Amino acid sequence: MHAWLLLLLPLLSAAAIHLGLKKNAHLSALISTGSALATLILTILLLGNDIKEPLQFAWASFGGEPLINIGLVVDKMAINMMLVVTGVGTLVHVFSLAYMASDEAKARYFCGLSLFMFSMTGIVLADNFLMMFIFWELVGLSSYLLIGHWFTKASAADAAKKAFCVNRIGDWGFMVGILMLWAITGTLTFGEMNLPEGLTAGILGATLLCIFCGAVGKSAQAPLHVWLPDAMEGPTPVSALIHAATMVAAGVYMMARVFVSVGFEAFPQWSTDTIAWVGGITSLMAALMATQQNDIKKILAYSTLSQLGYMVLMLGVAHGHSTEISMFHLYTHAWFKALLFLGSGAIIYACHHEQNIWKMGGLFKKMPITAITFAVGTLALAGFPMTSGFFSKEQILHETLHSNIYLFVLVAVVAAMTTFYMGRLFIVVFLGENRSKHSKDAAEVKPIMLLPLVLLAVMAVFSGYKFVAEPLAPQFHHVPFEAKTPFFTSIGAILLGAAGAFVFYFNKKSDPLSNNPVSKAFANRLYIDKGYDQLVKYGINVKAAVIDFLDGFIINGLIVGGLARCSAALGQLFNRAQSGSLQTYSLLMGVGVLLVIYLTVFVK
Amino acid sequence: MIDQTLILLLAIPLVALVAIIAGGPARNIALMASVGNFGIALVTSIVWTQVAAPEQLGAFELIVLAKPQITLALGLPDAMAVIMMLLTTLVPIAAVLAGKCPEGRERLWFSSVLLISLGALGAFLSTDLFFFYAFHELALIPTFLMIGMLGKGDRKAAAWKITIYLAFGSIVLLAGLLWLVAATESPSLLFKDILAGQVDSGDQIGIAALLLVGFGVLVSLFPFHSWAAPAYASAPTPVAMLHAGVLKKFGLYGLLRLFPLVPEGMQHWLVALVVLLLGNILWVGMVTINQKRLDSMLANSSVMHMGYVFLAIAALIAAGSTDANNIALPAAVVLMFGHGVSIALLFALSDRIESKTGSLRMEELGGLAKSAPGLAFLFGLAGMASIGLPGLANFAGEAAVFLSGFKNWDAGQPLGAVQIATIIAIFGVVISAIYMLRAVRNIFHAAPVKLTESAEDLNMSEKIPALILAAALLVVGLYPNILFNLFNPTAEAVEPEVSLVEAP
Repeated sequence: MHAWLLLLLPLLSAAAIHLGLKKNAHLSALISTGSALATLILTILLLGNDIKEPLQFAWASFGGEPLINIGLVVDKMAINMMLVVTGVGTLVHVFSLAYMASDEAKARYFCGLSLFMFSMTGIVLADNFLMMFIFWELVGLSSYLLIGHWFTKASAADAAKKAFCVNRIGDWGFMVGILMLWAITGTLTFGEMNLPEGLTAGILGATLLCIFCGAVGKSAQAPLHVWLPDAMEGPTPVSALIHAATMVAAGVYMMARVFVSVGFEAFPQWSTDTIAWVGGITSLMAALMATQQNDIKKILAYSTLSQLGYMVLMLGVAHGHSTEISMFHLYTHAWFKALLFLGSGAIIYACHHEQNIWKMGGLFKKMPITAITFAVGTLALAGFPMTSGFFSKEQILHETLHSNIYLFVLVAVVAAMTTFYMGRLFIVVFLGENRSKHSKDAAEVKPIMLLPLVLLAVMAVFSGYKFVAEPLAPQFHHVPFEAKTPFFTSIGAILLGAAGAFVFYFNKKSDPLSNNPVSKAFANRLYIDKGYDQLVKYGINVKAAVIDFLDGFIINGLIVGGLARCSAALGQLFNRAQSGSLQTYSLLMGVGVLLVIYLTVFVK
Repeated sequence: MIDQTLILLLAIPLVALVAIIAGGPARNIALMASVGNFGIALVTSIVWTQVAAPEQLGAFELIVLAKPQITLALGLPDAMAVIMMLLTTLVPIAAVLAGKCPEGRERLWFSSVLLISLGALGAFLSTDLFFFYAFHELALIPTFLMIGMLGKGDRKAAAWKITIYLAFGSIVLLAGLLWLVAATESPSLLFKDILAGQVDSGDQIGIAALLLVGFGVLVSLFPFHSWAAPAYASAPTPVAMLHAGVLKKFGLYGLLRLFPLVPEGMQHWLVALVVLLLGNILWVGMVTINQKRLDSMLANSSVMHMGYVFLAIAALIAAGSTDANNIALPAAVVLMFGHGVSIALLFALSDRIESKTGSLRMEELGGLAKSAPGLAFLFGLAGMASIGLPGLANFAGEAAVFLSGFKNWDAGQPLGAVQIATIIAIFGVVISAIYMLRAVRNIFHAAPVKLTESAEDLNMSEKIPALILAAALLVVGLYPNILFNLFNPTAEAVEPEVSLVEAP
């Protein structure tokens, strides 16, 4: 029964802060952090459980049958995901206690975090698709509120709006997909879904791709990836929790849920291939863009896009244990990416909100603990042997090698790029000389901020090992280590990327690669965002203006206006006979109409 | 059978009206009457779910004319009537409290509010076609008068436009209703007699067309919608709240009641209806995006959202009236409730924004959340409700409407008109997110500007009407079964009821 507490505690915390504790920011922060910690403990107590029988109640029903249920499913996959959500969540709360200590809207911030924890828990534990959609929208709301936390800043307000609207485009397809799957299987409950025989591949493939639209929006895959880099306008701990470790991975989790429920064998190969290539292209594109970003958070954001691309690619491979591998990468990525984001938060905090890496430099000496933990995160992200990232990346390489050689090459290239841009980041930020006053004055952050970094660094190393992963991520199929093609590819990619980063960026004062059109294209996000802005500006706005004009002119002026003019002429005729004022007309009309009814019925 | 409950709901505002005209304190009388009415309605609804023969609860019948039989008949035949009764007694409380009455016009202002609520309530409670129609006409008169006399901007033009459009709609509707009554050869104008009748398929197409156009004009069905935006933008706040929130639902209510009589006719016009409702969602949605003023944006958004209720009606028509288990009916009614409450709240808050900043032009505003966080929170909540955020009432209705669109789709078959319409209609969630978040962004976010930096937040007396409506959105949103369950008479209640009614 205490699965319900996982859902209720953060909700109660958010409600209590909003309704009563807003004035007491410190208490609000403690309550929110306490509720996160309590859910983490509850999750740890649930480890090893596998409650297939869902606990549910009817939320909207008709004709005695439930239409929409609220119910929980607490299986291995859900508990594993909950561990990521509450584990990273708790550490982010703790980090925020210091990071947001002097924020004037601290209570609102923690209220938002609790609302997020509630919504995310709902997605993870949902036993049916509509409930998942409900919480899917609510994480969208929490993300909107937290990106726009500093709403008086126009760029933050715009980023919040963009995130919500772009996600809704994905939700359009997602809702259609849910409806189609409901019509096909006759149920919304994950555990009861069975695909009937005799359906055309077209219908099945279309259904899968419609559902996948939801993941494209939430997990920021191309072409809807544009909101995630902008979302970095939110406070950095929010970026760590929502826009790196958990919410953006919800799309992957949702697709994994679908595959676990109905299997991927039934879906035609063109549909799963589409998913794999969307992930692959996102992964490559984002890695290329990351090489030329100068904002530390933007580099990490593109890296998140790229890693999400890996997970989506793995879902689409639809071969062997691909779904589990995708979830496994989600799990390892959550720790090391949250570590990197919180590390960047510590750096930004120490450098007085400077985010440009070229104005940092030499921070290794100033902030050694942050630097060491950041180095651990960087190694894990690069997939360095003995770290968690190595294990999950190894499996991705292994699986793609045996199913699709083109994807294998793509994954390897992205792995090399990853080491390259992370090497660049690390060298520019931590090595060399201080390149600005802010970095010269930087000092190690408070212990309360270091604690989450150290704990996450421990997870970044050990979460992939069998003795940790088996109890925490039981659906993970451990592949014994073999020194074969995937291993050598992986090592080669790391060496190549690291060497490149060292050659180009060691002891440099500015980016030596930035002055050519290719780099400029990467720096400008391949001009995709600009293109969308133009499309929205001239497309939607012009369309809306044209329609508005036509609406006023044709529909209003000619078609119906003509009708109105006839009636007006009649009315004036009527008016001349009577007093001519509007009041009398209305009154007479009312009475007249009643009279007409009466007479017509009576005379007949 | 005579029972006082429902007639009391009409008598209270009537007595209050007389008291106001006689010179009593208008605002207080109107407030007491509307609070009292809501209390009675709430208790009645709770009792309605418990009794053995709910359709007889509070039923009132007084034969006004013997031949043809016209009866002043009130009753709560089904959940739809109960939910509309709740909506129609809830919104007037907020309407009385919201908006600022010009000096010296209290009697006109508050008696109009009472008269509109009285008319709307009469229409939804009537179980006789004559009074159903007549009460709605009664409510329209003060609506026109208030826009014409106390509206803002180009009020005369707006008043003329709504008067002419709605008079046109009413007359088309009247023709349809008369034809319908003639075709069913009903012995009286009571709904139960009319609904027991049969309509020849020859008459059905014509009657269905007249009903769709007549009711459609009243609900601003595309392309008969262009009266709505100027009228709501110009109308005094309580009138906009009452018409957009409550009275406009008359047309939808009428269609939901009467379409089962002309199923073949409605089937004939199904594709046309689908095209028109997509006009509401896409065309008017685009028009909404292009609005520069908050009041006309809200007015257009209200027109747009009618498309979703029409989608539920289309799903019902496509399924045929025999499908008693169709979720489209409760879906439509829950959405009507959610929309009514949320649009009334939005109009009330838009009035507050104008009175505090002096402008509703979105480009002139900004940063209001800094100086008025309470106002920003309530507006955000109402806006999120209207764009279908789960946890607030509208979502439950919208989601059920979408489900109803796919309810009868056989996955082996190609998509039908209703499924295609549903898919396109869901794109409306993108459109509504764009215009609502744009409004929030432009009015409340970014750095405060001259008009907003010293604006005051809502005070307690301004917050109360908003909180009442917000609470309704939250209650239904968090547990929609509170309304959906009204459509599921429990087994215990159904069984004895049947035997009681049939044993004379």
